[in-house]
Amino acid sequence: MTTIEPPARIGLAGGDVEAPPLSPGQMAWRRFRRHKLAMANAVLLILLFVYSFGGAFVYSEAYANYNDTTKRLQPPSWEHPFGTDTIGRDILARTIYGGQISLLIGITAVLVQLVIGILIGALAGYYGGLLDSLLMRFTEAVLTIPGLFLLLIMAKYFTGKVPDITLLGRTYSGSVVVIVLIIGLTSWPRLARIVRAEFLALKENDFITAARATGTPNSQIIFRHILPNTVAPIVVTATLSVAGAIISEAYISFLGLGVQPPTATWGNMITGSTNYIEGAPWLWFFPGLLILLTVLSINFVGDGLRDALDPRSRPE
Amino acid sequence: METNEPLVRVRNLKKHFPIRRGIVFERTVGIVQAVDGVSYDIYRGETLGLVGESGCGKSTIGRTMLGLYPPTAGSVNIAGIEVTTARGAQMRLLRRKAQMIFQDPFASLNPRWTVSAIVGEPLRIHNLEPDRQRRDERVKELLELVGLSGRHVNRFPHEFSGGQRQRIGIARALASNPDFIVCDEPIAALDVSIQAQVVNLLEDLQTQLGLTYLFIAHDLSMVRHICDRVAVMYLGGLVELAASDVLYEHPLHPYTQALLSAVPVADPKVARKRQRIVLQGDVPSPINPPPGCRFHTRCPIAQPHCAQVVPEWRQAQPDHWVACHEVEPKQGF
Amino acid sequence: MKQDPALLNVHDLQVRFHTPEGTIYAVNGISFHIAEGEAVAVVGESGSGKSVCMMSLLGLIPIPPGEIVSGTAVFLERDLLKLPEKELELVRGRDIGMIFQDPMTSLNPVLTLGRQLTEALVRHFNLTAEEARNRAIELLQLVGIPDAASRLGNYPHQFSGGMRQRVMIAMMLACNPKLLIADEPTTALDVTIQAQIVELVQEIRAKLRMSLIWITHDLGVVAGLADRVLVMYGGTIVEEADVESLYERPQHPYTLALLAALPRVHQRRQSRLKAIPGAPPHLILELTGCPFAPRCEFVRDRCWRERPLLQPVSPTQKTACFVNPHTGEERA
Repeated sequence: MTTIEPPARIGLAGGDVEAPPLSPGQMAWRRFRRHKLAMANAVLLILLFVYSFGGAFVYSEAYANYNDTTKRLQPPSWEHPFGTDTIGRDILARTIYGGQISLLIGITAVLVQLVIGILIGALAGYYGGLLDSLLMRFTEAVLTIPGLFLLLIMAKYFTGKVPDITLLGRTYSGSVVVIVLIIGLTSWPRLARIVRAEFLALKENDFITAARATGTPNSQIIFRHILPNTVAPIVVTATLSVAGAIISEAYISFLGLGVQPPTATWGNMITGSTNYIEGAPWLWFFPGLLILLTVLSINFVGDGLRDALDPRSRPE
Repeated sequence: METNEPLVRVRNLKKHFPIRRGIVFERTVGIVQAVDGVSYDIYRGETLGLVGESGCGKSTIGRTMLGLYPPTAGSVNIAGIEVTTARGAQMRLLRRKAQMIFQDPFASLNPRWTVSAIVGEPLRIHNLEPDRQRRDERVKELLELVGLSGRHVNRFPHEFSGGQRQRIGIARALASNPDFIVCDEPIAALDVSIQAQVVNLLEDLQTQLGLTYLFIAHDLSMVRHICDRVAVMYLGGLVELAASDVLYEHPLHPYTQALLSAVPVADPKVARKRQRIVLQGDVPSPINPPPGCRFHTRCPIAQPHCAQVVPEWRQAQPDHWVACHEVEPKQGF
Repeated sequence: MKQDPALLNVHDLQVRFHTPEGTIYAVNGISFHIAEGEAVAVVGESGSGKSVCMMSLLGLIPIPPGEIVSGTAVFLERDLLKLPEKELELVRGRDIGMIFQDPMTSLNPVLTLGRQLTEALVRHFNLTAEEARNRAIELLQLVGIPDAASRLGNYPHQFSGGMRQRVMIAMMLACNPKLLIADEPTTALDVTIQAQIVELVQEIRAKLRMSLIWITHDLGVVAGLADRVLVMYGGTIVEEADVESLYERPQHPYTLALLAALPRVHQRRQSRLKAIPGAPPHLILELTGCPFAPRCEFVRDRCWRERPLLQPVSPTQKTACFVNPHTGEERA
């Protein structure tokens, strides 16, 4: 038998033009780069991370929590570029450390959501039948609980009951762990439903039948065959959920039930500013702006990822 | 045919799909009788064609035979393994010895896997080439066997044309050295000029490796070309089975006759003169198939008893099976 | 070739698609005509440009990414390619009827059949509701739908694939068009249903004296259906012939190879099918030679550099090839 070789190019290209092989991931990255808005926001997002985590090398945490009551409510100046808060702490330093907490809460809460959502969605979608019915009814039950309400009650109940933890040289108040868990445990149902829908569709593909005909175990079919094909919606949902988690944290902290002072978060920094909305706008302006920029840029990056990863936009 | 020993033996195979409704406690509201009692043998080294119109259950047979759907009743024996009851080591042996080739060259390859991972999967699962490097060598051999370049191992399916993807699927099916391959409409999705390439490849591989095929298709011309014997299916049951030249030249069952007369012929003179038996109406639903002979609602020669009595699956002539009341057995047989 | 007055005369049509991956040269300068009452089949594989060509005539390709680079298409003394969208819509609804491979996409799933049929009649012909209903029943009977009156209340999903195709034909007939363009209308159907539809189209064509363009990849269906055949490859017409000559003595190596690659249902098994090596072209570069050259067994040096033009080789046949595939010699 002769080998099928690509036909020569004669003003038309044959079945396979010699080109460097591109993996689906590389193709997605190419498409993402072409998406100007998403690229700009990805850069902005990276800058926000650099700001929060790199800023720690400029200001110490002790400085962020140091209060000089003689310098209360000072407007932005050279000494305090973002001004000082109601008890004389430097707002710039606090937005840096608050950013760390807010971003960490966003990311870790989504990790919790990913583990639960993927597991439940994958099992329900792949096995179907009674297991699917039970898992999906449970998912719907969780979904019908008003999230914010639950968040508030659980935050109120657990705060102060969880000991502080130390991670990477920083001590986090136990309330951070509580918030992460609460957000993670209430946000997975949406992801679970998306993953289930993907599994339902993908398991009907012939490549799954082929794997079954080869005797590939179910665990490998789920995690090696199907799951990699669901990265697109998972990544997009997860990205957007980070934004959602940051906002949730800001909500509860704003209401005073979230992360407790002196640990700063962008949310609890705004808490004290309600009485000074006109008098000292720098109190809420800078943390608010950072929340806004982070959430917006995450959403734009998510949109870009959706376009880049969507298999329907693949060439051919 | 190399020997007269059947490699595959199917007896009274049934596959019914329940239609379920309900939230948690589902109840069955109907049954699709996709395959309803079929029996046939496939001999070692032959190609058995299975033809029928869409929805007649021919793909379901292929998948049920390989144990991919649990059968409702009946037995399937492939190379001495009873598919319906096989477990553990027996099942693993079956998964090596029986393989499948699919219709859609786009859906049958995992888009996120490289060609090397796809073709190497059976080797990995059955631990046939534990050594990574040996496995890659074997994948290259397999690709060259199906007419692709071994250089393409690290590419992804989207970089290949439909015909090339079909070759990758064939290479995967061959990886575990199977005896029996179910070809489920392997050329239906390909361009006309590519179909002959793939059919020739399947024939070459059969000669080279002694493979046995079940060739499921709706293109009757291609089936005649590639198959030694042909079975015709209608609404979940077999209506006729015979050696392919016999079936195409002397069809007995009225459905086979109608099907053959409807095949378009690439010759204007023949096409214009030909008498067509144009069947009236549509295929009834397999949810509530007609009683008696399932074909009686469209049959040009149906008699009153056809609507009541299910015709027996019998040999009307030596090795020519048919299920019809109105076909007389040959004199002296 | 017959010298009937041409109903549709297409000249030098070129269509391109500008995609992020590059320009696709989909149709590369094709010319043909359809006479009144004639049935023409356009045969080609996927990517041959057969559908794009017809759809661009009717203004049915999205622009952009599509672009009609050049060409004229004179239909009833008007150039379709220059008509404003409003008038083209009228032509599509009234003078040219279309049926497609998937009838479901052209029917509205949430409206009853009767509503969809009568609305078109009321709009185009100013019929009263009662008249339109009677005409709709008449049309459904014409296309062989049993129990037509009661089926007017059904929704599209309640019809089988073959029945939907009949419904589409009925809707198309409502306006009594002069030309019917059928784009692979039987590809998704089973052979017995395909035979029914082909028969129906033949009957109706004879009754109403319609011209027909039947787009397909299946050389089998064409043989019993068409008067004349255009074979397309790589966005060009490679052969044009009346149906007898084409099957008896194909003059282009592609047609010859395609016919040789077909197994025949009435012939005993040959040893091997004669496969065409390689794959159809992708058309991502402008055509500078013969599109079939990479797969052609008669290929010459000039085939890579020069585009062969469609030339008459007999009174009934034209081919775009430098070589006579029966003798292997270059044509004069």
